[in-house]
Amino acid sequence: MNKPIILAATLAISATGTAVLADEIRVLNWQGYGTDLGWAVDAFSKSTGHTVIHEYFNSEQEMLTKLRTNPGAYDVVLINAAFTPQAQGEGLIGPVDAASIANLADVPENLKGNEDLNAGGALHGVPWTWGLTSFAVNTNEVDELPTSIEVFWDTAHEGKVSIRDDALEAVQFAAIATGQDINNITDLDAIEAKLSDLMPQIKTYWGSENDWNQFMAAGDLDVATFWSGSASRSMAAGLPVQFIVPQEGAIGWLDGLSIPSSSTKKEAAHQFINWMIDPEFYVKWAAEGAPASANAKAAAALPDDAFNKRVLGDPEVVARVQFQRPVSDENREKYLELWQSLKAAQ
Amino acid sequence: MSTVLANQERLRIFGLLSPAYLWLTVAIFLPLSAMLYFSFLSEVPFGDAEWSHTTENYEAFFQTSTYAILLWKSIRLGLIVTLVSVLVGFPCAYVLAKVIKGRSREALFLLVILPFWSNSLVRIFSWAIVLRGNGVLEIGLNAVLPFEVDVNLMFSTPAIVIGLVHSYLPYIILTSYLALQAIDDNLIDAARSMSANKLTILWRIILPLSLPGLLAGAVLIFVPVVGSFMEPRILGGRVGTYFGTVIEDQFVAVYNWPLGAALSFILLAVVLLILAVASPVLRRAQT
Repeated sequence: MNKPIILAATLAISATGTAVLADEIRVLNWQGYGTDLGWAVDAFSKSTGHTVIHEYFNSEQEMLTKLRTNPGAYDVVLINAAFTPQAQGEGLIGPVDAASIANLADVPENLKGNEDLNAGGALHGVPWTWGLTSFAVNTNEVDELPTSIEVFWDTAHEGKVSIRDDALEAVQFAAIATGQDINNITDLDAIEAKLSDLMPQIKTYWGSENDWNQFMAAGDLDVATFWSGSASRSMAAGLPVQFIVPQEGAIGWLDGLSIPSSSTKKEAAHQFINWMIDPEFYVKWAAEGAPASANAKAAAALPDDAFNKRVLGDPEVVARVQFQRPVSDENREKYLELWQSLKAAQ
Repeated sequence: MSTVLANQERLRIFGLLSPAYLWLTVAIFLPLSAMLYFSFLSEVPFGDAEWSHTTENYEAFFQTSTYAILLWKSIRLGLIVTLVSVLVGFPCAYVLAKVIKGRSREALFLLVILPFWSNSLVRIFSWAIVLRGNGVLEIGLNAVLPFEVDVNLMFSTPAIVIGLVHSYLPYIILTSYLALQAIDDNLIDAARSMSANKLTILWRIILPLSLPGLLAGAVLIFVPVVGSFMEPRILGGRVGTYFGTVIEDQFVAVYNWPLGAALSFILLAVVLLILAVASPVLRRAQT
């Protein structure tokens, strides 16, 4: 053991009074999504003595597979609330000890009490961030900001439209356009017809935030679906785009931080989650472009012109949001089939 | 005595061939059989996931018309790309083999092979920059031409064909070049002395004699193009959905490896079938 580590460990003991040894915790998340910010990890290590190592996934299915195949390998994992019940049901994640996460007190009851995060009757995911899947327009090409999702079907934008190449997102997007509940789609034929009408409008599908930014910067697109967190980053980077939450509504998602039941460093994991929902961390992160925080105190601490306060802080906007619930395998397959057949017909 | 010799001979041949067979087993047979096994499973057998043996993944191909439509689309793309590559590549190979001599041939050869040294993804992204509206091609043409042209090929089938032809052209040039070089110049001189015109020489002498190389190159192009996914996805946009991209989706996005594996083997079977049907023609060309 060299001196700095001893020093850090002593600091940790004096800081928390509980930590005995410096642990190395492993976090499983999307790459570049908050938990792996260099300054945040450094600050955490400095105050607790624990070091943080990251591993990444590219899809929720991959995340679940990694949890299944590597028991004990991870201590904190990011799980979208729509997948928390599945992870809990398979015994991959354990309940969170709310008492050891002090900042949880500032998370509003409606998020803390979210049905999916409380799968199995106990809190299994700490509400971390939430955001919207809606769309953004290129302000260089579109003079008047649209208020309706119908802008996607406006022939004035033919060949200048894009949506993400994702079956679930495409179907839920069309559900909003056809006035349906995204979690209980009853008229799939209407969705198929609506998407089929949309196809000739589309220039290309986008896959990643980077793709999206390039297409917009090149002037290839007028209007495209987008995530609120990504939109705040693109706007902060100076792209001429504006995020829109149309009158028809938008898709909402909620991400939680969970602790795998096989984790051997649960105490350090709780400390890390507490830091992740800390207002100090969030305000700094939001300046670089972040989704909305689940912590009310953190959200309130943002400057008034911040994207997450200006757009997502508006209760009238939030009222229009439909939050994603778990999707059954059966429906998932149906949506995928529909989306593939539409793409194949092009 | 002779049997001992034959045995020794056999042993020697076996000894010499075993590294090759070992390599084939490790590099081709094992991964392929693992995938074949996957294609008959209901789930990816990782962790505690429950799985069983099933033929559902193969049945899925026939349950909707989606896969058949895409497979046909991919085969058509393979044929178009192969045809364009032959039309462009064969004259190139002819010029290299019969017209140009000496050092300039080496230089031209280098230019043909040069694209092979760069990463294929980089090549495709470079094409994206060239083909996009207001891109390098459009600006270049407008600078030269007296009238305005609007070139926006990006996200269209021609863009995919251009990208794929550029990627696979060296195959047909190299195989045709080898076949063309082997043709004795005296044969051409003899034909000319009997007053055959250029077209007759091409049709009756050069083409038949270089056909094995030409066909080998065509097969080398056709097979990977039918399964291609990266080029259609990047250059094709909305029209860039092919059989290969659907297989890629199964592995990368949907995480349904068994279905992806089954679709891959259906593709393999169809390609083998096409080659089998074409084999009488191919064999006649060899002799």
